[in-house]
Amino acid sequence: MLSAPARTELGVALLRTMIRIRVLEEGIEKHFLAGDIPGFAHLSIGQEAVAAGVCANLRADDAIASTHRGHGHTLAKGTSMRAMVAELFARATGVCRGKGGSMHIADFSVGMLGANGVVAGGFGLVAGAALSAVQRKTDQVAVCFFGDGATNRGPFHENLNLCAIWNLPAIFVLENNRYASTTSTAETMKIADVSIRAAGYGIPATIVDGFDAFAVYDALAAATARARSGGGPTFVECKTFRARGHYIGDPERYRRKGEADDVMQSDDPIVRMQAGLGDALSPDAFERLWNDARDEFADAVAFARNSPAPERDEAFFGVFSGDRDPADPVHRIEARERDALVPFAPQVGSGSQGSGH
Amino acid sequence: MATMTFSEATLAAMREEMRRDPTVFLMGEDIAKQGGIFGQFKGLPQEFGFDRVRDTPISEAALVGAGVGAALTGCRPVVDMHFADFITCAMDEVVNQAAKLRYMFGEQCRVPMTLRAPDGITKSAGSQHSQALEGWFVHTPGLEVVIPADAEDAKGLLKAAIRSDNPTLYFEHKALFPVKGAVPDDDFVIPLGKAKTMRDGRDVAIVTYGITVGRALEAATMLEADGIDATVINLRTVWPLDYDAIADAAARTHRVVVAHEAVKIGGVGAEIASFIGEACFDDLDGPVVRLGAAHVPVPFAPVLQEAVYPKAPAIADAARRLVRREL
Repeated sequence: MLSAPARTELGVALLRTMIRIRVLEEGIEKHFLAGDIPGFAHLSIGQEAVAAGVCANLRADDAIASTHRGHGHTLAKGTSMRAMVAELFARATGVCRGKGGSMHIADFSVGMLGANGVVAGGFGLVAGAALSAVQRKTDQVAVCFFGDGATNRGPFHENLNLCAIWNLPAIFVLENNRYASTTSTAETMKIADVSIRAAGYGIPATIVDGFDAFAVYDALAAATARARSGGGPTFVECKTFRARGHYIGDPERYRRKGEADDVMQSDDPIVRMQAGLGDALSPDAFERLWNDARDEFADAVAFARNSPAPERDEAFFGVFSGDRDPADPVHRIEARERDALVPFAPQVGSGSQGSGH
Repeated sequence: MATMTFSEATLAAMREEMRRDPTVFLMGEDIAKQGGIFGQFKGLPQEFGFDRVRDTPISEAALVGAGVGAALTGCRPVVDMHFADFITCAMDEVVNQAAKLRYMFGEQCRVPMTLRAPDGITKSAGSQHSQALEGWFVHTPGLEVVIPADAEDAKGLLKAAIRSDNPTLYFEHKALFPVKGAVPDDDFVIPLGKAKTMRDGRDVAIVTYGITVGRALEAATMLEADGIDATVINLRTVWPLDYDAIADAAARTHRVVVAHEAVKIGGVGAEIASFIGEACFDDLDGPVVRLGAAHVPVPFAPVLQEAVYPKAPAIADAARRLVRREL
């Protein structure tokens, strides 16, 4: 058990992470609507306590796999805001060189194995990362973030079973945010506590208040210790809420107007943490956390704006390892495809063919 | 050089790679205690233990998904699919994850995973245990696809697949497992993307791969009796394709037959024929002829099964008509 000052210090750290995520995502929302960010973006506003509480337990060499809604996980795992914002702005300096975007953001330097465009796409990656830790005899753990909707897909069931029978150091963190895309969980399953599914695989499960970063942190501390010591997988269900639509621009016809405001009024994880810390955190210190996060985001946007778009040829490289090597057969094939897509250039000054047609 | 079966050649490849690299491990259904349905894993757990040769539940999506995850994080997994048909149960993991992650993530990672997928028509296995699906994966950017034709290929290509830093599908024809051939003893690795000329003739080129290479060689012997001298190209890797070898064969013989056991429509042969049409048109003395399975599921009754895919007489007949301009 942590001492009171250490607990306060942890609370401030969790609060700092949650505020950075909130500022980042509100900024993404603004810049998306302004047309600075192409594609789709899925926000996790309301769920910050889960990302912060989980990742505060992890080392850089531990793996996480994320969902469509992965900005918070990525930032909490340690990716720089500059590299994230540049990626969302589709710049060459982005963490994925502008090839992933919001839905496929990844940062292997901090063990972030990627946001996934496929619901339940992360389970296999986490089972494999956990298996890899066993094969290589390390004490790394792997954490899968997923939503309630993912538990209705086959890979959830297959991978939970696989991790259970092999006692792998995998931790399954369910962000039960009440909606699977634009359909409420109540309509897509007959159970309220999705984590009861873990029992079917012999995996212990706990349910925590997903608005309480301390509660998430404590559940993960236990799960991480268990996984590192060879105790096998754990399932943690975080009861949380998605304060925004499925994607930016979602008209949210599937829920009552004002529902999100009501939940955030009572359960905003940032407000709850601030209240929980009480006098241990001065109003000035709280304000400073916000200002620091806003400065960091402004710097990231400036960095992105000053970064170049990827070179056009970049589209043709990176499929295979080694394909920048001219001796590689794949490289030569891709060069041919690239050349085929470039229109014939006019032969300026060749003088032989007149005006052409 | 030793003579061994195709199955033993794959075992030799696995044994050598697992001794060489401790991050190589194997997982699949019925592979450890049972040794694999074609005997292709016999003895491996005794040498390497049940942690490196893992029996698994019947969970193809999890096996391939976990293979990708392990490959991303420092291992070289070899995943056995039991039958190639069951890759369909793990299509997201193959097509949306393994094939794309390196590209989408801006080259931060590699996916050095090998999928072993016994495929092809044999012994009335029926529609769901007989398919040759390589065309799907050649069409998907990000996957290497290798298809051995004999015991030598079996060893050299499997070792190359395991050493490759890319996700590689290794389609091994079920009917080839018991077939014997000469296999180099030493550390024998076949470079991916390079074809092998099995026979060098001047009148017609038969471009093929996998089990159909043997049928093409039989066809070449039949053609010899008619005074027709055929080249036989074994592609060995169908992605990346050895376009240079194909163009060279077209330039030297002026007539090309492309043959494979997979369904003809939309298959690898279509890509090869189209490439020759685009790049080698002036070399040709006749149309590129394509042979492949009929556009039907593989039927059960032996007489029906044997009717649907090209064998040596059909290949010889196509080549003969092409040379004699009887098309």
